[in-house]
Amino acid sequence: MSETILNVQGLTVDIPLAAGTLQAVRGIDFELKRGETLCIVGESGSGKSLTSLAVIGLLGKRLKVGASKLEFEGRDLRSLTRKQMQALRGDRMAMIFQEPMTSLNPAYTIGDQLAEALQLHRKVSKAEAMARAADLLGKVGITAAESRLQQYPHQLSGGLRQRVMIAMALMCEPDLIIADEPTTALDVTIQAQILRLLADLKREMNLALILVTHDLGVVARIADKVAVMYAGEIVESGTAKEIFDAPSHPYTRGLLDCIPVPGKTRPGEPLGSIPGIVPSLIGDVSGCAFRSRCVLARETCSGRIPKRSASGEHTYRCIQETLVSEVA
Amino acid sequence: MSEPKAREPVLELTGITKTYQVKQGMFAKPKPLQALGGVSLRLHKKDVLGLVGESGCGKSTLAKILLGLENPTSGEVLVDGKLIGPADRQLLARRIQPIFQDPYSSLNPRKSIEEIVSLPLVVHKIGDSVSRQKAVTKMLDLVGLPARSRRGYPGQLSGGQRQRVAIARALVINPEIVICDEPTSALDVSIQSQILNLLADLREELGLTYLFISHNLAVVEHLATRVAVMYLGRIVEEALAGDLFAGPRHPYTKALLDSVLTPDPSLSVPDLHLGAQYPNPISPPSGCHFHPRCAAARDICSTTPPPHLQSGTSHVDCHLFRESADGRSLLPA
Ligand SMILES: Nc1ncnc2c1ncn2[C@@H]1O[C@H](COP(=O)(O)OP(=O)(O)OP(=O)(O)O)[C@@H](O)[C@H]1O
Ligand SMILES: Nc1ncnc2c1ncn2[C@@H]1O[C@H](COP(=O)(O)OP(=O)(O)O)[C@@H](O)[C@H]1O
Ligand code: SF4
Ligand code: SF4
Ligand SMILES: [Mg+2]
Ligand SMILES: [Mg+2]
Repeated sequence: MSETILNVQGLTVDIPLAAGTLQAVRGIDFELKRGETLCIVGESGSGKSLTSLAVIGLLGKRLKVGASKLEFEGRDLRSLTRKQMQALRGDRMAMIFQEPMTSLNPAYTIGDQLAEALQLHRKVSKAEAMARAADLLGKVGITAAESRLQQYPHQLSGGLRQRVMIAMALMCEPDLIIADEPTTALDVTIQAQILRLLADLKREMNLALILVTHDLGVVARIADKVAVMYAGEIVESGTAKEIFDAPSHPYTRGLLDCIPVPGKTRPGEPLGSIPGIVPSLIGDVSGCAFRSRCVLARETCSGRIPKRSASGEHTYRCIQETLVSEVA
Repeated sequence: MSEPKAREPVLELTGITKTYQVKQGMFAKPKPLQALGGVSLRLHKKDVLGLVGESGCGKSTLAKILLGLENPTSGEVLVDGKLIGPADRQLLARRIQPIFQDPYSSLNPRKSIEEIVSLPLVVHKIGDSVSRQKAVTKMLDLVGLPARSRRGYPGQLSGGQRQRVAIARALVINPEIVICDEPTSALDVSIQSQILNLLADLREELGLTYLFISHNLAVVEHLATRVAVMYLGRIVEEALAGDLFAGPRHPYTKALLDSVLTPDPSLSVPDLHLGAQYPNPISPPSGCHFHPRCAAARDICSTTPPPHLQSGTSHVDCHLFRESADGRSLLPA
C-alpha cells in the first residue's frame, strides 16, 4: 500500500483588505499519496495558487492560513518554525512556478543556481553539486548540459528555463513537487513536451505531484486525481476518469461544455457558456457560490450545501443528487 | 469543399517581408532579423483564416502590417484588388480593425466606454455627436453589453466585458476585415466561449472576414474556415480547415496538431517526436528552417530550401512532397 504524503483538511486562506476579509480559500480537503498526480483546476481567482503557496509555506504574513490538518510525511506543518519550514522547502518539497524568470536570479549562472539549491540542504562540494546539476539537465532533456551550466537565465528560451526549474526542483530528490501553471506561458508543442517530462519523472522517481492549471485538456491527460475549484472551494473531486466521464457538479459540467473539442464539438456550432461572473468573496459568504450562474439554482442553494458521494472517492458539493444520471 | 473560383479576394498579400535591425548588446552592431520571409495570403469575404505558429514566428508582425502599424520591407498588400501604399493607411484602418489579446491594456482606463467605442468614428470624422451616440448604442447591444455600461470605465468591467468593448470599438466603423490577435487567450474558458460565439454570430450577421491568430488549435479548428501554419516568418502550410485538420502534411503542422490535449482521460500526454530547440531568428537554420527539429528530415533539408508546392487551394513547403502532373494533388517525393 502506498503511503499518504500530504494530508490537507479544512484549509482556509483569509486576506484582510480595506473592504473586509477576502475568504480566498474556504475550507478545502485533499490527500495525496506517493506516485500520485493531483490536478487542481479552476478559473482565475478560484484560489489555486493560494492553496499551493499555503501548503509550501510561501504565503505572506498578511495572509491568514487555517487548517484542521496540514500534514506532510506525518509532520504537522502548522507547528513548524519558519526555519524548519525553510529546511523542508527545496529539500523534501519543491515548487515550480508559471514564469521561471521570476524564480531564477538573472545575475547568476544556471550552474551556480542549481548547485546552490543542493548545497543549501546537503553537505556536498561545489564540484559534486555541479555534476548533479549537469546530470539533471540531461535528464530534463537539455542537450549540451555542461555548457548550459555556464549560461545565464536570459540566454535560454522560456521552454528551456522551465526545464531548468524542473531540474532545480529535483536537485534534492524531493517527495512532493507543486507546479503552478508550469506550461501556461509556453507554446503548445513545448507544453506537451514539458508535461510529458513531468509525468515521466513522477513515475520514474515515484514522486507526488500537484499540478495547478486552468486547462482541462492538461488535467485529463496527466491527473490521477482531480480537484475542481470554484470561488475558494473544491466543488468536485475524484479520479480523472470519474470527473471527465461523469462530471457531476453543474460548474464542472458547464466548464466542459465551454471548450471546443476536436472530433466532438462541431466546428462553427455555438459552444456552451456559463453566464455571469464569479461572486465577490469579501465579507460573509454563505450557500453555494455558484448559484448566481447556475441554471439549476433554487431557493435552497443559499443554505447549507451537502457534500455528496457519486461513487468511490468521487464527491461533489451541490443540493442536487441526480446529476450523474442526467449526464448519460 | 471547393471554393468558387471567380470570387475576388478582399485581402491579398504577396511576398511580404519584414526585417528588423536588432542589437544584441549595448555596443554590438545591429543585426538583421527577418520576422517575415515572404508571406503570401488571400482572404475571401467571410473567410476565417486561422494563423497558428510558435511564439515569435511573426504572427503579430503580419497583423501590424495589415493594420498599417508597420510598413513591410518588401511585398504588396491589396484590398479588393487595389494596391495599398504607405499613404493609404487611413483607408486600411477604415476597412481593417483589430481586436488584441489583452483586454486589460488595450483600453484606455481614463476614457468612458462611450468615448472608447466612438473614438474610431471621431478619428475618421464620421457623423456628428448624435449619430455617434446612436452608433455606440447599437454596438453595445450587438456585443451584448447593457446600455448603461456606456457611462462606465474599463476598470469596472470584467475581462470578458472588456473584450466585448474592444469588439464594439473595432466594429463601430463597419470594417470588412477584423484582425483578432489572440482575442481569448487572456480569458477564462467560460468567458472565452462567450466571446467565440459572439465572433461567430457577428461574422454571420455582418458578413465579416477574420484573420484569427491563436495558439489554441482546438479554438482554431472550431472557428476557422482556412488555416495557415507559420514557422520562423514563413507560411509552411495552408489549406481549408477541414482538410488541414483531417490530413496535415507538413511535419510541423503534424506536431502542432499532436500537441492538442483533448480532455480525454484515457489518453496520456503525446510524444511529439520534435526537437525542443526553437531556432534563433537572427541566424536561422540553413535549407528548411525546420530541419533541426524535424523527425522526417532528409539530407537535402539542411542544404536546400523546400519547394513551394500547390495543390488545389492548399499549399505546403516541404521536401517530402512533389506536385502531380496535373497540379491537383501532392505525391510523396
Ligand atoms: N519592433 C521590433 N523590433 C525588433 N524585433 C521585433 C520587433 N517586433 C517583433 N520582432 C521580432 O520579430 C519576430 C516575430 O515577432 P512577432 O511579435 O510577430 O511574433 P508572434 O508570432 O506574434 O509571437 P507571439 O505568439 O509570442 O505573440 C520575433 O523574433 C520578434 O522578436
Ligand atoms: N496577496 C494578495 N492580496 C490580495 N488578494 C489576493 C492576494 N493573493 C491572491 N489574492 C486573491 O485571492 C483570490 C485567489 O487567488 P489565487 O489563489 O491567486 O487564484 P488562482 O491561482 O486560482 O488564479 C483572488 O481573488 C485573488 O485576487
Ligand atoms: S448547490 Fe444549487 S446553485 Fe450550487 S451548483 Fe448545486 S444546484 Fe447549482
Ligand atoms: S523540408 Fe525536410 S526538414 Fe523541412 S519539414 Fe519537410 S522534411 Fe522536415
Ligand atoms: Mg494562479
Ligand atoms: Mg503576437
